[in-house]
Amino acid sequence: MSSTRTAARTHWVAIRAMLIFTAVLGVAYTLVITGIGQLVLPAQANASVVHDADGEVVGSALIGQPFTDADGEPLPEWFQPRPSAAGDGYDGGASSGSNWGPENADLIAAIEERKAAIAEFNGVDEADVPADAVTASSSGLDPHISPEYALLQAARVAEARGLDEREVRDLVETSTQARDLGYLGEPTVNVLQLNLALAEL
Amino acid sequence: MDVFFAVLQAATLALILALLYRPLGDYMARIYTSTKDWRVERGLYRLIGVDPRSEQSWPAYLRGVLAFSVIGVFFVYLLQRAQAVLPYSLGLPAVPEGLSFNTAASFVTNTNWQSYSPEVTLGYTVQLAGLAVQNFVSAAVGIAVAITLVRGFARRGSGTIGNFWVDLFRGSFRLLLPLSVVGAIILIVGGVVQNFNGFTEITTLAGNSQTLPGGPVASQEVIKELGTNGGGFFNVNSSHPFENPTAWTSLFECVLMLAIPFALPRTFGRMVGSNKQGYAILAVMTTLYVVSLVALSSLEAAGNGTAPEVAGGAMEGKEQRFGIFATTLFGSTSTLTSTGAVNSMHDSYTALGGMMPMLNMMLGEVAPGGVGSGLYGMLVLAVIAVFIAGLLVGRTPEYLGKKIGPREIKLASLYILVTPTLVLAGTALSFAIPGVREDVEATSIWNPGIHGMSEVLYAFTSASNNNGSAFAGLTANTPWFNTALGVAMLLGRFVPIVLVLALAGSLAAQDKVPATAGTLPTHRPQFVGLLVGVTVIVTALTYFPVLTLGPLAEGLN
Repeated sequence: MSSTRTAARTHWVAIRAMLIFTAVLGVAYTLVITGIGQLVLPAQANASVVHDADGEVVGSALIGQPFTDADGEPLPEWFQPRPSAAGDGYDGGASSGSNWGPENADLIAAIEERKAAIAEFNGVDEADVPADAVTASSSGLDPHISPEYALLQAARVAEARGLDEREVRDLVETSTQARDLGYLGEPTVNVLQLNLALAEL
Repeated sequence: MDVFFAVLQAATLALILALLYRPLGDYMARIYTSTKDWRVERGLYRLIGVDPRSEQSWPAYLRGVLAFSVIGVFFVYLLQRAQAVLPYSLGLPAVPEGLSFNTAASFVTNTNWQSYSPEVTLGYTVQLAGLAVQNFVSAAVGIAVAITLVRGFARRGSGTIGNFWVDLFRGSFRLLLPLSVVGAIILIVGGVVQNFNGFTEITTLAGNSQTLPGGPVASQEVIKELGTNGGGFFNVNSSHPFENPTAWTSLFECVLMLAIPFALPRTFGRMVGSNKQGYAILAVMTTLYVVSLVALSSLEAAGNGTAPEVAGGAMEGKEQRFGIFATTLFGSTSTLTSTGAVNSMHDSYTALGGMMPMLNMMLGEVAPGGVGSGLYGMLVLAVIAVFIAGLLVGRTPEYLGKKIGPREIKLASLYILVTPTLVLAGTALSFAIPGVREDVEATSIWNPGIHGMSEVLYAFTSASNNNGSAFAGLTANTPWFNTALGVAMLLGRFVPIVLVLALAGSLAAQDKVPATAGTLPTHRPQFVGLLVGVTVIVTALTYFPVLTLGPLAEGLN
């Protein structure tokens, strides 16, 4: 057999193989997994949405969201999430980190600015502002803050809502999720779920 | 306390991998040595027109690999170009030519470099019919090539090294598919989405509007890790809460990335008839992995550098649920394999921390490396190591009873030159070609100064080694990077594969020489140390100069 014919034959085999793989691994496999997800685990498969007291969908437990006014200013009556580099902030259609390097002057300036703003907003010392509060997450959609950052905000939130600070701090404590299995990752506070609980106080 | 938790996390990973080592390694050995075809497989072989019992010489095997990969590139390219008329495309237009080429090359070569942002570029049909399929088959090709090299050592006086189509189908259907089904379900339990909902608009608690993305993510996420591919369904890859919702899913994804590469030494040991040889290779991979993980974890936990020190910790580009140690475990795992998935932004690591993913890739991705490619890379280094040992004692080197002669050494030496050449030439050309340089500096580079150089170096290191992670500030969707990185990915994948198959053919044809008192034992700690040394020295000597221009200059400043 000539080498051209051998090559043509091999490519014809490859095309048929690729069609089989596309049908099985691309289409059938995806549909089977989707079927299992939708039938057995519909809550997780459909974005782990959370509802408010009226039953309205207010977001996903896994995706952070902004708690700002129309001008993008933080609202004092809500716990605030981390800074976000996704679109204008927490844009679920444009996940992104800042990708600023450790010596980037823009990043250093942004961190200093955030630190000052958070200290003033919450009436605390700049030295008490934790790292997660002044840094943008990797996804831009981080739903969590550290327990330290949540506690730091408690007094401000309580004052804005006319609540007892003790009560709000207790809410933060009960909303704090421990590390997975007790040792994986970091302790977290889910901002949306904390704010939902806050709205029901 | 944090350090204790970090050690516990690594120990959990090690325990799971240790439990998988024998059953998974033995299972893979059975897959690739069994002479029995399943009935459904026989039907498929008839459909594609191959005789599963016929064996191929190495050139014929190579023709199969190349033909299948060429067809793969065309398929993925055409799907992207036709996106506007495909169903479930979320209203997205056709992908431009340059980007389509880059993405096709990227997914066929098991790299999964992404010059694009998936949310605004690719609909569901391209993602699953194009990319997910390549996630399976590019992995199966890698394992198949590694297995031929193992057969080269195991066989004697053989003119053939296996049948590519049989290896490809078995790897896809007996190994990757069943593991993916199980893994995908576990990921959905953790919260990874699996739907065809598109983008949903919701009103947030504070009354803002927000877009929530959907998609068949879990089915793609699992094979992305298991096949050491790494291409994210979303722009931010495994840091997206819908790809990696919790610290335990992050650990599980590390297990997926490492399961096959760390079990392949067992397969190797089984097939060459000495499990001890497998343990020796495993020990080399494990040593390098542990040292690298400890280095990255220490550097990020220390948090040196202006921005991390002002912030009070290196949390820029990291998720709160992962913190430092679940981030560094994932980052190390992803770059020591050829995965390139990220659960953090490597661009924002501390300067020396950011060097670690680069070094991991520069090692040639052998600790444990990509599925298949890690094992064949390490076996090529083992050939170099026995050669060096042979020079030291003045004996003809041999490995597993095969003489390492001039032909074998030429092939192995060429192998270790391929990726450094691509990395260094690509980086240099980016700053040397008039016109390109201006474009790279004005359009592509995101961070100013030294760090910008590191972004370019990282890109070529990642593409040439088929990793796919990035210092993602770099805007790579430009004519220069789409073309140059596309070429680097193709050459970085297929030139080594040609050399490995040639080596496999040459070894398989040899008879075995009996071991004598003068034979270097290759299953003892002495050889493990030698092989670790060879791996590190080859890498360090090659890349040290360019690292001093990038991350070392930034970190030691």
